[in-house]
Amino acid sequence: MPDGAQPVLDVRGLKTVFRTRSGEVHAVNDVSFSLQRGEVLGVVGESGSGKSVTMMSLLRLLPMPPAMIRGGEALLNGRDMLKAGPKELRAIRGGKVGFVFQDPMTSLNPVFTVGMQIMEPLRKHLGLSHDKAAARAVELLDLVGIPDARRRLGDYPHQFSGGMRQRVMIAIALACDPDVLIADEPTTALDVTIQAQILELMKDLRQKLGMAIVWITHDLGVIAGIADRVMVMYGGQVVEEAPVRDLFARPQHPYTRALLQTIPKISGPREARLKVIEGQPPILNAPPSACPFRARCEYRFDRCDAENPALRPVGAGHAVACHWQAPAAPLAAAEVSHA
Amino acid sequence: MLTYTLRRLLLAIPTLLLISLVIFLVVDLAPGSPMSEIPLTVPPEVQAKIRAALGLDAPFYVRYLLWMKQFFWTEPLYGIDNLFGTQLAGDAPRLLSYSSRAPVFRIIGERLPQTLTVIGSAYLLAIVIALPIGIYSAYRQYSWFDQIGTFISMIGFSVPTFFTGLVMILIFTVYLGWFPSIFNTSLRVTDWATFKQMLHQMTLPVVVLALYNAAEVSRYTRSSMLENLSQDYVRTARAKGMGEGTVVLKHVLRNSLIPVVTIIALGAPTIFGGAIVTEQVFKINGIGAALISAIHVNDLPVVQTIAFLTAILIVLFNLIADILYGVLDPRIRYD
Ligand SMILES: Nc1ncnc2c1ncn2[C@@H]1O[C@H](COP(=O)(O)OP(=O)(O)OP(=O)(O)O)[C@@H](O)[C@H]1O
Ligand SMILES: [Mg+2]
Repeated sequence: MPDGAQPVLDVRGLKTVFRTRSGEVHAVNDVSFSLQRGEVLGVVGESGSGKSVTMMSLLRLLPMPPAMIRGGEALLNGRDMLKAGPKELRAIRGGKVGFVFQDPMTSLNPVFTVGMQIMEPLRKHLGLSHDKAAARAVELLDLVGIPDARRRLGDYPHQFSGGMRQRVMIAIALACDPDVLIADEPTTALDVTIQAQILELMKDLRQKLGMAIVWITHDLGVIAGIADRVMVMYGGQVVEEAPVRDLFARPQHPYTRALLQTIPKISGPREARLKVIEGQPPILNAPPSACPFRARCEYRFDRCDAENPALRPVGAGHAVACHWQAPAAPLAAAEVSHA
Repeated sequence: MLTYTLRRLLLAIPTLLLISLVIFLVVDLAPGSPMSEIPLTVPPEVQAKIRAALGLDAPFYVRYLLWMKQFFWTEPLYGIDNLFGTQLAGDAPRLLSYSSRAPVFRIIGERLPQTLTVIGSAYLLAIVIALPIGIYSAYRQYSWFDQIGTFISMIGFSVPTFFTGLVMILIFTVYLGWFPSIFNTSLRVTDWATFKQMLHQMTLPVVVLALYNAAEVSRYTRSSMLENLSQDYVRTARAKGMGEGTVVLKHVLRNSLIPVVTIIALGAPTIFGGAIVTEQVFKINGIGAALISAIHVNDLPVVQTIAFLTAILIVLFNLIADILYGVLDPRIRYD
């Protein structure tokens, strides 16, 4: 992807809060990122770090209230989605931007056939007739690897397995040939072999269709396999952003370093859950005035309590939000020194 | 589905037989006898003849079997004869009321239409009012509309119909004089004028019954909609770019209606119970009134038959509710 070309998605200064009985939850704090055409951006971060809320804010899929988008812009091909009227927004959802959710067991409507649910966006966005939409739905099911597609159009979601349902969800998201596909932990609810299959399918589809993908995951192994660039989130903020190789070779943020150390070495279960890092995630009841990671950080010093670090460049396409300067040594050395 | 329905129908037969026996025994063994209505001045030998004529001398199982035979065989034959002018029943003895000696089913046939028009329209009206209110209340949870609606339906649900009925009569009949206080049972709708008259006299009882049932149905609709509105598939529908109308009235409503339809079907026979009270309050000469007066004079065949018909309705609507559930929810497959 050539540098300098207009990104297909450009998010700047996004802020989302939830208004709850016990006060405001600042779930997304000044998040900025961009996505080039055909690029795969991996988003990692522990549970509650604001990955889903960030992506759902873009399409305003959060329940409002309690959610509220406080500020920022989200340019899709140069047009701000956050300012789009209801009609334009509906045209973007499922048209220009496809969304795949985490839990395939509950994300499909149980009382409608799978065919109807795939055809719905086709008829709505592309204005296809029933027969044309049905033909396209068969193509899509073929594309995502569901055998005997024509017959299965009339089946209900409960007649499909979890992996098959996630394929259906992917087919729905791809239906109108989107520019951006947002996949929010699309494989977390599936067992390991199915996860691998879905991952292969997505790599393959990306090759064939060339859309840009935002892939949210807990699994750094998946990131290594599919992403071009990685964004690490913590406490509703982006704490590090880098090309995938660079991130694995030279992680700068103490949180990223800790994350990378939690990956099991060779085989072992792929389940690299991030809970292993000691300490509690930050409480998000006020806009951050200090580094959100400071309570769990071993390099903490005065400045971390006084000032929330901004992203600063540390290499080509590599930025980190940390006051501490990581030594130029690779991760292995850091590991030894902490042991 | 078909085999399931047939199996359920077959299963209903022993259930209903058992219910019929219980009804017969309870009514038969209850204190008080049809003879207590006969003046004491009637000589004992005449009284004995009356007893014999009423069939009261036979042991209870003979009377039970006779009742069953008349209920399931003789009376349906008379019904067919009546409809098609055939002579199937011959001159088999009909099921007769003790007090009026008229066939029980003729009495029921005369009273049922009043009850059905009032209850039927009240129930339909209740559903027509309740569904939109329940849907909108859930969609705009905690809005003014929702708060007021929830408050009203709580009142409608907790205040008994005889009370609302009396209040309505007091306001609209006694003070305002807008509606008649007595239901003219002999009114036949033949033209526009009598139709308007019918509507006019039906208004108060229908409104009272409808309010009560609408409160219940809208509460169910609201909670069912709320439960579904927060489901993941709703977010999926929005993420596909569907409009709010499609999301709410197609995706969410279709799921929410499954339990609501079941409640509506199950509630249909039980509102006959509420109708008994309403008929008393508004002096409608319907099936409820017939039952009450039959109880007063110990007219056992009428009481037993109406009670048993109600039991049949309940079993039938249970079956309908089950079948509807299967039709509406593809995850449920019988057989
Ligand atoms: N409806 C809500 N009301 C209040 N707070 C919310 C709501 N939804 C999310 N949050 C808060 O927003 C923050 C970010 O949540 P988010 O779902 O984006 O996390 P995530 O990174 O996607 O986590 P996971 O990996 O578990 O999916 C969390 O602290 C969460 O408590
Ligand atoms: Mg999430």
